[in-house]
Amino acid sequence: MGELEWQCRLGADLMTTALVDPAPPSPPWRPWGRLRRWLALAGFSGRWAVILPPLLWLLVFFLVPLVVVIKIGFSASIVGQPPYLPLLTFSPQGDVQMTLHLSNFIFLAQDHLYLDAYLSSLKIAAISTVLALFIGYPMAYFIARSPDRLRNMLLMLVILPFWSSFLLRVYAWIGLLKNNGVINNFLGLFHIGPFTLLYTDFAVYLGIVYTYLPFMILPLYTNLVKLDGALLEASADLGAKPFRTFLSVTLPLSLPGIVAGSMLVFIPAIGEYVIPQLLGGPSTLMIGRVLWDEFFTNRDWPVASAVAIAMLVAVVAPLLFLQRAQNAVVER
Amino acid sequence: MKRGLFLPVVVTFGFVFLYAPIVSLVVFSFNQSRLVTVWGGFSTKWYGELFANPQVLDAGLLSLRVAACSASIALVLGTLCAVALTRFRRFRGRTALGAMVSAPLVMPDVITGLSLLLLFVAMESLFGWPAGRGEVTIIIAHSTFCMAYVTVVVQSRLSDLDLSLEEAAQDLGAIPVRVFFDITLPIIAPALLSSWLLSFTLSLDDLVIASFVSGPGSSTLPMVIFSKIKLGVSPDVNALATIIIGVVALGVAIAAVLQSRRR
Repeated sequence: MGELEWQCRLGADLMTTALVDPAPPSPPWRPWGRLRRWLALAGFSGRWAVILPPLLWLLVFFLVPLVVVIKIGFSASIVGQPPYLPLLTFSPQGDVQMTLHLSNFIFLAQDHLYLDAYLSSLKIAAISTVLALFIGYPMAYFIARSPDRLRNMLLMLVILPFWSSFLLRVYAWIGLLKNNGVINNFLGLFHIGPFTLLYTDFAVYLGIVYTYLPFMILPLYTNLVKLDGALLEASADLGAKPFRTFLSVTLPLSLPGIVAGSMLVFIPAIGEYVIPQLLGGPSTLMIGRVLWDEFFTNRDWPVASAVAIAMLVAVVAPLLFLQRAQNAVVER
Repeated sequence: MKRGLFLPVVVTFGFVFLYAPIVSLVVFSFNQSRLVTVWGGFSTKWYGELFANPQVLDAGLLSLRVAACSASIALVLGTLCAVALTRFRRFRGRTALGAMVSAPLVMPDVITGLSLLLLFVAMESLFGWPAGRGEVTIIIAHSTFCMAYVTVVVQSRLSDLDLSLEEAAQDLGAIPVRVFFDITLPIIAPALLSSWLLSFTLSLDDLVIASFVSGPGSSTLPMVIFSKIKLGVSPDVNALATIIIGVVALGVAIAAVLQSRRR
């Protein structure tokens, strides 16, 4: 009944408006509105104005480059500009012929250099990550347990080096580690040494740990600062010694922080170029360095691309695995 | 107590480890002697030498321009991307967008650099753009990888944001663009500022990607420093490092003062 009444009144309103405005003004010409309607008809709404710029940018400058790398990785190398043969060739009859050269990959598999470089990168990254964890964990724990004022200051001190140049901080170690460098001069005062520190694997570990230590400390800190002090007290009340409490309460609870921090160190360390180049010896093999030399020194673009593809497969695959492991840990 | 001693010792060692190299950089920049590690008296001559070197100055200016441009481009694109990923539940290409924007975070620099260079070479031979490589190609490359960091930072801020504010504005009749500029943007402004600064720093710091995508005649500051370091240690690099450290410390100090005043 009420609905009927409402409809009647609506009808009356419509009639009155029709009577009051005998000549409605012509609708303003709005090209944008019409364009929008057309776009909407084509399944295109305003949100695409937000989505499209980053999407297109990434398609052109991220996805297409990877396709180009894969393409060149399968091309034969020649001496010339550009130094590779095209994949697709057009015969005079108009047929398209595609030649995939696996030679670059066979070369990679046969030459021990590449596998060794990959394994050695994994080893160096893993050892550095463990070292960074051993130094970073106590620091993060200490910062998380400090009073507010001190905590903010210490945190800032951890972040500060990150804002200054990475290259210059690696450079600083050259001056410290050289044969007549600061450390050897200092040890010389006590008639110890001199030791060969620079251009060794040791220097590379040191450089990686030094560079990525803040990346280890920060996620650990955000995790440890959330730790409920009551749990520690409860454990102590139940008679556990501090070390026992640490092993069975703090450590398991901080596992997500450990995984996050380790990944932030491990991932960039694998592909590292600058640190092994500046601090490592000629025998320090790392895959990033091999790719660089292949490209800039040997000017062999196809082999460099093949190394990049192998690196993508070999680095991205373990990372996906790690990512899944991390998600599992976080969910638990 | 054992625990009372162990932690401070390790922490002190950790901070000495973090700062000893920086201190040594600064100290030896004022060294008279050309030998970086032997003290030969106080001098500021390396600073004079640094400022008399046009190569370093040009490279510094180029690096600052590249960093400012790519941080700004990355800020716009990254913010759009973060809005799309947090506010639009479903759209075609969502998974692809999310994967592509976070991939540069795990991608080794050498691969990013190589792939972009090969793209630029292929594009030049196909339609003649970019003609040669230099400032533009470095800016494109840096924008692409900085965008990932902007997206991560802004995305986490957006997902913490109280949705009811945006909904209230919408209920009061504001169109989505208006809601974004009047409500969302002022709230996420600190996150935008910090992600711009982060991008700026990352771009200023990058050696590997810039080395791949730059052409002859356009060397960024890290490229110039790197080629100097490869020839051996030289005190004017220390002077440059001291200036950079000074600027960073000053910036941090100003930020700290501003923050404490706001409280």
